[in-house]
Amino acid sequence: MTAPLDIEGPAAPPRSNGELVFSEPWESRAFGMAVSLYEAGAFTWPQFQAALIARIAAWEATPARDEPYPYYRLWLAALEDVLVGLCAVSTDEVTARAQALAQRPPGHDHRDDPGHEHHHARDRSQS
Amino acid sequence: MTTTGSGERLPPALRTEALEQLLTERGLIDPKVMNGIITEYETNVGPLNGAKVVAKAWTDPEYRRRLLQDGTAAIKELGFSGPQGEHIVVVENTPTTHHVVVCTLCSCYPWPVLGLPPSWYKDPAYRARVVKEPRTVLSEMGLDLDDDVQITVHDSTSEVRWLVLPERPAGTEHLTEEELVSLVTRDAMVGVAKVAAP
Repeated sequence: MTAPLDIEGPAAPPRSNGELVFSEPWESRAFGMAVSLYEAGAFTWPQFQAALIARIAAWEATPARDEPYPYYRLWLAALEDVLVGLCAVSTDEVTARAQALAQRPPGHDHRDDPGHEHHHARDRSQS
Repeated sequence: MTTTGSGERLPPALRTEALEQLLTERGLIDPKVMNGIITEYETNVGPLNGAKVVAKAWTDPEYRRRLLQDGTAAIKELGFSGPQGEHIVVVENTPTTHHVVVCTLCSCYPWPVLGLPPSWYKDPAYRARVVKEPRTVLSEMGLDLDDDVQITVHDSTSEVRWLVLPERPAGTEHLTEEELVSLVTRDAMVGVAKVAAP
């Protein structure tokens, strides 16, 4: 999070034992995409939920897991699974675009912080 | 498969951004709408909503009856509804019966009243263990229940989202509904804690 956060005030993000809802901006984008698409009727929640359950089960079945539980990575993978199933995007397209984004020169990363616009929106709403 | 494999090892932030760009270009998402949803869950939707429901149920017997009968409808009376709130069932903790909630397969949770779930709720250890040894897990989380208290674990794997109506702590009879709201914690509404008197 790059924007200064209101820790105690009425606009403070919901916290649980000091834990923010999202630990990184991309997690909030992955969450927001799934909910937007669901609310727009692109898929039903049980469809997404089934994909999420499958991704979680696959991760849990992996023998040597030494990484922390990557919940939002599995969430993102599940979202891709559903969208690929609907032919809305293909895995290769997403990979190619992500690789292209990775090639951006440093300094040309205005859009790198996916929470950028979002924080401005919040700043405005507070004024 | 090679492409997919290497692609999945790209930083998730990049894959997320790539996906968002593609979906926006295709008119499948509107970034403004999406920003609104994220802000809503980061700033507005949280356990405070559930605390208001609980405090009202503690102070209004008729509301409590409606809440236990049809959670979704009673919660909507207070203006809380939305995704993951379509079918909320409320269970009441008593001195002899304790309810605790889990989603064994993923992370189902009553968003409109509790916001998004905390990490421990999503964690594989909690999900696997609270079903098998609830008393031990609750004790590890700081809630020691007497052996004669019956524990029921509710698994949110179906369409149902569970909300626990905690016991109103003794010695709070003089408090107003508003004052009670500030006592109610998220953990008490999941059933891994009790509400403490102030």
